[in-house]
Amino acid sequence: MSDTQNLTLVQAVRDGLKGELERDEDVVVFGEDVGKNGGVFRATQGLYDEFGEERVFDTPLAESGIVGTAIGMAAYGMKPVPEMQFSGFAYPAFDQIVSHAARLRTRSRSRFSVPMTLRMPYGGGIRAPEHHSESKEAFYTHEAGLKVVVPSTPRDTKGLLAASIRDPDPVVFMEPKLIYRAFREEVPDETYTVELGEAKTRREGSDVSVFTWGAMTRPSLEAAENLDGDIDVEVIDLRTLSPMDWDSIVESFKKTGRAVVVHEAPKTGGLGAEIAATIQEEALGYQKAPVTRVTGFDTPFPLYALEDYYMPEAARIEDGIREAVEF
Amino acid sequence: MSVLDTDPREQVQVLAEDGSVVEGATVPDLSEEEFVEMYRTMKLARHFDQRAVSLQRQGRMGTYPPLSGQEAAQVGSAMALDDQDWLIPSYREHAASYVHGLTLEGTLRYWMGDERGNKLDDLNIFPVAVPIASQVPHAAGLGMAANYNDTDEVFMCYFGDGATSEGDFHEGLNFGGVFDTPTVFFCNNNQWAISVPREKQTASETIAQKAIAYGMDGVQVDGMDPLAVYKVASAAVERARNGEEDKLRPTLIEAVQYRYGAHTTADDPSVYRQDDEVEEWKAKDPIPRMETFLRDRGTLDDERVADITESVEDEVAAAIETAEGFTRPTTDSMFEHVYADMSERLREQKAYLDRLRSDHGDEELLE
Ligand SMILES: Cc1ncc(C[n+]2csc(CCOP(=O)(O)OP(=O)(O)O)c2C)c(N)n1
Repeated sequence: MSDTQNLTLVQAVRDGLKGELERDEDVVVFGEDVGKNGGVFRATQGLYDEFGEERVFDTPLAESGIVGTAIGMAAYGMKPVPEMQFSGFAYPAFDQIVSHAARLRTRSRSRFSVPMTLRMPYGGGIRAPEHHSESKEAFYTHEAGLKVVVPSTPRDTKGLLAASIRDPDPVVFMEPKLIYRAFREEVPDETYTVELGEAKTRREGSDVSVFTWGAMTRPSLEAAENLDGDIDVEVIDLRTLSPMDWDSIVESFKKTGRAVVVHEAPKTGGLGAEIAATIQEEALGYQKAPVTRVTGFDTPFPLYALEDYYMPEAARIEDGIREAVEF
Repeated sequence: MSVLDTDPREQVQVLAEDGSVVEGATVPDLSEEEFVEMYRTMKLARHFDQRAVSLQRQGRMGTYPPLSGQEAAQVGSAMALDDQDWLIPSYREHAASYVHGLTLEGTLRYWMGDERGNKLDDLNIFPVAVPIASQVPHAAGLGMAANYNDTDEVFMCYFGDGATSEGDFHEGLNFGGVFDTPTVFFCNNNQWAISVPREKQTASETIAQKAIAYGMDGVQVDGMDPLAVYKVASAAVERARNGEEDKLRPTLIEAVQYRYGAHTTADDPSVYRQDDEVEEWKAKDPIPRMETFLRDRGTLDDERVADITESVEDEVAAAIETAEGFTRPTTDSMFEHVYADMSERLREQKAYLDRLRSDHGDEELLE
């Protein structure tokens, strides 16, 4: 049996990076403040000392430059793991992400690929300044050619990160910063992968299926516990948003006939809509109630005086679940 | 020769580190009151900054970006503007914004997480820009509109040394040059972009020399010398307003300075920089420098300095009290300013939030 460590999610990021840096010389980690500073969230702490400036380095403050050069390195055969300091600051690189990272394989008829893992902390709830709290996973899932991963536990984080780095295609790896340090979990010391594209049932239930990911997984589970004895709630953590594990979603829905999608991102054009539509397409005959969405609002993420009103939490999710069940 | 014609690899200075006037330098043409105002505002900014950091430590304010060390650059440059001119800040220009009319409580309110801190209705100040360098093209665009409307407003745009690495910096200066806009591009080179030192940001010898590539003049100034900053900024504002033959109106100013504290209150600079570096820069501190200059002229004495210190402390204390006395913003305000007319969808979401609040009560909802 292998040894384990009791790690927070952000420590698991670090541990995952370390494992892949050791395993494969072509892996390089870079971005703003990831070197000596160890990342503003300490996700790369100590890696600069351990692996040196060739493998872990600070760049000029230029997201388009960071992702653009990562694409060049990846096309050359390396495995770059660039960091966007916050997902809200990835937009200067958006052109490189969607116009090039996502399409180089298509455009070169697979001569070039972009095995890049673009890490970015996302989401609100930490009383951060403006532009530090957005959840824009839908932007990336909308783009063919990208994979999108959002872990919710330390153990998954390490395995999903390793799988992403080893993946031959570009992965946008979104880290829920709200739960970077919220709890710990035993994480194996050795490297391992958690396959991309597989959802995880966090709680079995028969009355209603809650589909969620990232930072919303915990309040969803809390809501399920609060309703226990009254409503039997299944909670499915999707973990990979692209490719999405449609089989698990449809299967769970066929069992319960009711679905609640919980996400922090705004409602309009969010992934909740995609999940609801797919359920209709693939399991209409099983449907007992409309799909309910519990989401952020269609407003810019507010400054922190109001952010707690913006984010779905257990009470709001419970309401959503009741609504689906009492239809 | 205009001070703007200085070689961009040299540094303009008026006050030496000991507060004496550098040989051959001309002191800008300001009244004694204006000199005192410059001094007072720098002291106010320093005290405000220290109090703001302490409020954050006590949990009375969110993350805050300190400015100590950068007072001369902010106050000296903003004093070069007329009321009609515009200030386009990053997130650290609390002192420059104050000079241009923003109240201290307005600044506090924003960093206390209240969106109304960004409501600057009667001021020619653009809202704080957090995404790095994104304000630089805005400043050029404001200038293009002023050209179109044939006004004589000038636009002073602030950004850091790190910002000069972003594409937006290049695009903003390039537009400024091509469209000959009345813009002053003011770089607060405080040596660090969080943990990344200036040398790792660009291989240019100076940031000022980047101006050459855009066809405009670039000038480097001692950013901890308020008189030099004022002098260079005034010349740049004047040229932006009135133009000169064979010269583009925009100027790139690089004010060389240092931030004494952390990048923000969420940052720990001991991880990446040495304490003695901070101490070295403190020898250039603009406040004692200006004080010595004014004492030598007989404009300030102990009593006057004590009065100023007291008035500064009172003003900051009053601003904190006002800021903390504001009522919490309403949840309605989250929806009200997204579009000119609230959509039906947003109206429904607003009603839904009201319903949640009345069903659960804020306490349960926000636990
Ligand atoms: C586009 C973008 N990328 C990253 C960040 C995160 N960030 C905030 S401040 C900062 C450093 C800025 O340095 P500089 O431009 O020199 O200004 P200073 O803070 O030193 O005044 C970084 C990387 C951001 N706000 N925007």
